[in-house]
Amino acid sequence: MPLLWLFAILLALTLAGYGAGRRRAVASAGGDIRRLHSRPIYYGLNVALAALVPALLVLFVWLLIQPVVVESRVSGLIPEIAISDSTTRSLVMSDVRRLADGLDAVVEQGEIGSDAVQGLQVGDEIRALLGRAGVALASDVQPAVLAAAQRYRMISARGDLARSIAVLLLAVAGLVFALSRISRDFRARNRVERAVLALLIGAASIAILTTGGIVLSMLFETVNFFGQYPARDFFFGTTWSPNFRGNSQLGILPLLWGTLYISFIALLLAVPVGLFSAIYLSEYAGPRVRTLIKPLIEVLAGIPTIVYGLFALVTVGPLLRDYFAQPLGLGSSGSSVMTAGLVMGIMLIPFVSSLSDDVINAVPQTMRDGSYALGATKSETIQQVIVPAALPGIVGAILLAASRAIGETMIVVLGAGAAAKLDLNPFEAMTTITVKIVSQLTGDTDFASPETMVAFALGLTLFVITLALNVVALIIVRKYREQYE
Amino acid sequence: MDEIKISAQDVNVFYGETHALQDVNVKIRDNTVTAFIGPSGCGKSTFLRCINRMNDTIEICRVKGDILIDAEDIYDRQVDPVQLRAKVGMVFQKPNPFPKSIYDNVAYGPRIHGLARNKPELDEIVEKSLRRAALWDEAKDRLGQPGTGLSGGQQQRLCIARAVATAPEVLLMDEPCSALDPIATAQIEELIDELRQNYCVVIVTHSMQQAARVSQHTAFFHLGHLVEYGETGQIFTNPQDKRTESYITGRIG
Amino acid sequence: MTDIALGRALRLKTSLLDQSSRTRKRNFAEKRFELYGMAAVAFGLLALVVLLTTILGNGLSSFRQTFVTLQIELPQAKLDKSGTGDLEAIKKVSTFGYAPLIDTALEQTMAQLGITIDGLSAKQAAGIISKEAPAKLRDAVIANPALIGTVHEFRLLANGRIDGYYKGAVTMVSATRDANVSPELLILADALKAAGLLATSLNPGFITDSDASDQRPEAAGLGVAILGSLYMMMIVLVLALPIGVAASIYLEEFAPKNRWTDVIEVNISNLAAVPSIVFGILGLAIFINFAGLPQSAPIVGGLVLTLMTLPTIIIATRASLKSVPPSIRDAALGVGASKMQAVFHHVLPLAAPGILTGTIIGLAQALGETAPLLLIGMVAFVKEFPGAPPEGFFDPASALPVQIFNWTQRADPAFVERASGAIIVLLVFLIAMNTVAVLLRRRFERRW
Repeated sequence: MPLLWLFAILLALTLAGYGAGRRRAVASAGGDIRRLHSRPIYYGLNVALAALVPALLVLFVWLLIQPVVVESRVSGLIPEIAISDSTTRSLVMSDVRRLADGLDAVVEQGEIGSDAVQGLQVGDEIRALLGRAGVALASDVQPAVLAAAQRYRMISARGDLARSIAVLLLAVAGLVFALSRISRDFRARNRVERAVLALLIGAASIAILTTGGIVLSMLFETVNFFGQYPARDFFFGTTWSPNFRGNSQLGILPLLWGTLYISFIALLLAVPVGLFSAIYLSEYAGPRVRTLIKPLIEVLAGIPTIVYGLFALVTVGPLLRDYFAQPLGLGSSGSSVMTAGLVMGIMLIPFVSSLSDDVINAVPQTMRDGSYALGATKSETIQQVIVPAALPGIVGAILLAASRAIGETMIVVLGAGAAAKLDLNPFEAMTTITVKIVSQLTGDTDFASPETMVAFALGLTLFVITLALNVVALIIVRKYREQYE
Repeated sequence: MDEIKISAQDVNVFYGETHALQDVNVKIRDNTVTAFIGPSGCGKSTFLRCINRMNDTIEICRVKGDILIDAEDIYDRQVDPVQLRAKVGMVFQKPNPFPKSIYDNVAYGPRIHGLARNKPELDEIVEKSLRRAALWDEAKDRLGQPGTGLSGGQQQRLCIARAVATAPEVLLMDEPCSALDPIATAQIEELIDELRQNYCVVIVTHSMQQAARVSQHTAFFHLGHLVEYGETGQIFTNPQDKRTESYITGRIG
Repeated sequence: MTDIALGRALRLKTSLLDQSSRTRKRNFAEKRFELYGMAAVAFGLLALVVLLTTILGNGLSSFRQTFVTLQIELPQAKLDKSGTGDLEAIKKVSTFGYAPLIDTALEQTMAQLGITIDGLSAKQAAGIISKEAPAKLRDAVIANPALIGTVHEFRLLANGRIDGYYKGAVTMVSATRDANVSPELLILADALKAAGLLATSLNPGFITDSDASDQRPEAAGLGVAILGSLYMMMIVLVLALPIGVAASIYLEEFAPKNRWTDVIEVNISNLAAVPSIVFGILGLAIFINFAGLPQSAPIVGGLVLTLMTLPTIIIATRASLKSVPPSIRDAALGVGASKMQAVFHHVLPLAAPGILTGTIIGLAQALGETAPLLLIGMVAFVKEFPGAPPEGFFDPASALPVQIFNWTQRADPAFVERASGAIIVLLVFLIAMNTVAVLLRRRFERRW
């Protein structure tokens, strides 16, 4: 049974349960709803929730687990001999899956009966059959793969059937049980509210689950990676030269250097400009100028990073190359640390300025009055009273901006280049952690090789760095806010 | 001893459309404590803030008329409010020490106005100012600690020391005791009486008792008008105006 | 007390009317400082203006395209050999069957107009038409088989270089060095233009067509990308809004204030600042490698973007719930409502405008997000439109920002124009969404 149908039936059961629950409750009170403990709607909702929620949960878990189970059972069927030297078990398994999907497509289009598929032999022109159904296979089918694919289809089909039955049974059971409990004094509202609260808690814990998922998904592969490549060479290696034939050197230091260098240039631009803009807009500009300019500056924050990336690639890069790098003899590359850094700096201006604006506005007016009353000028007040008072908040803002810069991807992919170098010349193309994550994980690569798995180690490193910056910044900003509240 | 320090002529203040202060005329004497009293919203604080042009920092505020200090119009185009405020110090309702050390709080004014040529001179100014604000004995061992760590009364005395450090001639105080407990209030009132020897002190207060205790002259404001101005004793015992009498006896306010 | 006199002694008796030199210096420093501020603001605005003008300057032209109008004969003998008009039979003729028809038509037209250009053979002259044109012609015939056997007028895409010539990107000089075009071809284009058969006009195909391969920038369109982005936004809206609102209601209204809530809170703030590429790794590892969802599919992109958008929605919703004054809750509880009823009947409706505004802003962020989508395979070349939802959620598709990235990686510089044009489309969507958010806020904003 297709998933969509299952959903539709579940929905119908839920609606029916709602109606039945309502009616039964009203009937139990003899038609006088004042004699019910709760309003009729809650009796209906209680039945609907009992029918829907457990069934959906089981369905969801089943969907997650079934492929893993099927995979492991089928994978065991493939003999070692069927896996040639040039490939791995996981690659063969993906062939099996593709073949199984192809056979499904063939059956769906009515080219062949579903029983006939399971009886197919290797000699039966499978490739041509699939080709007619629009599924292209790279090579002829191995007998072991075909057998595995047929087995795969069979287990999957059985699993799907069992899933539908289990889910529907559970829904009906929940419905009947909830209906049977309805009476005049049944505390339906309390039940429903407890269920809703559980749902709310579930929603709130998705945030935790996400973080857990991020850490686990990267940790798992990172551990695998360190099994194949020494962690010491990764963290302290000064050469980055992946080689898909083996013998790669995967030292993170050149990438880390590029990341930090570009972020440094970006902050060098964004911090003074952002800070001075915030100061000007909050202390000097009149209300009309402020309401006009502030949103305009913030537009810069709403522009997607891919736009900045293209700006770096098409405009800033060639400009820097033709008017600075080449005349000065510093290089001839359009993509460079400078290009990416400057464009990223522009992107970060509104980030720094709006965060600084918030913290500057949080400095109480009495502080300004105290300074003005002593005969201080505005700039003296800003430099010697407001900025020192707001300093923790500003530092927090800068740390958050740094975390942004370190994790930024599109601008560096398009503006910084791909060469991993430890160099001081800012007009030289260099590369970053994020660029390498993208390049190692896109393209047709083997997921088991260290050259691919290094991306997870890079990702985890990136996550840890930005996490540390974020948490420190958040704590500083929080403390700062409490101080003036 | 009793020369006229501040003289206001036909002062009108507007906040946007609101006419906050109407035709105020007053002559305030030097080496005297002058109290401004009146119900809240009567314009007494507004007038106080006109005397050192703190109202300049509020965009919608306009001031008409003349205020003379030592016969010089402080709203003259040539007058720089920065210089004026060095001459006319101010203490606020809520103690507002800067988030700096006690020493730096007091040294802030002398530093920006360049009153000390070297470190020993600055040290001397800080010490004298803290002594004058009766804070030296409590603060001398903790000059490097943040001013925000002091108690409320100490903070307010620190603010007075800070104001005194720029060597002003006039000290404006905007309800300086309203955020303090009775003991701290008594200390500050005693201090105000001492400050009178060197400064022209103007104090805005909510408390009639305080006005009676510390001031020699009292001005009563009501609904943006200066209703009555005279010696404190006369205002409290023999008010000339009906409204003053009602306020003194507690019928309005 | 000796120090009592000190105040007077220190005091420099000067008139207020003359500025001391120190005051002048300080006022100068003041002006300078203000100028720094103005310069910073001016720099920010300048950056914005330059950014937008370069994008507009590079991209606006991609909405116009050069077309060649030709009378093409569609002989039955070649296109429908059986003569039955059977659609299946017609479909058997590939684009290779259509290309000669266009070549012939061009040759005839040139002969009619008397255009002869030295050093340009008929075969080379055909290079003026896009390589995509035969496919379009075939589509037109399949859509309307009655055309077979007639002579019909078609508007065909011109080659990207010819198009570039009329947009100023290609010159006679650059054409001599270009393998894809020659000066002779440009002369032919000018001749056709003089005859009124070649014109640059509005190109709706840029919005509606699907992507095209590296050699045919003129035919590349945004249709699949726009549809893919739309699908993902639907998924994000359907998942992130209810989950985000539910999570916020729990955290703001029901959660006890303890360490655990504190952890969730810091966690959410942190998630909002986690680099987007990390979410891409999460999507790749969990949704594709572990759960076995297909690559390049809007469902995976939608799920990843949902996780990214959740913190934004939660933060906005909580702020919005917080701004509803406690007196409303007290009033509801006071007439005997349960806490749940107070929240759902009174607080949530009052917070709804703020929640909607936050959601739209979150969606706008998600719409422009590129990096995580690269990792889940959305950068692949997709020419087929995805099917209708919900099955279409599992079909391969592209997304607007990824399509832009994809085009920047192509060798042919004509794709830069397309990428800039795609950015304009993206920005139009973003501006529209943000305008709606601003209007909502203006219309429903309530001050308590």
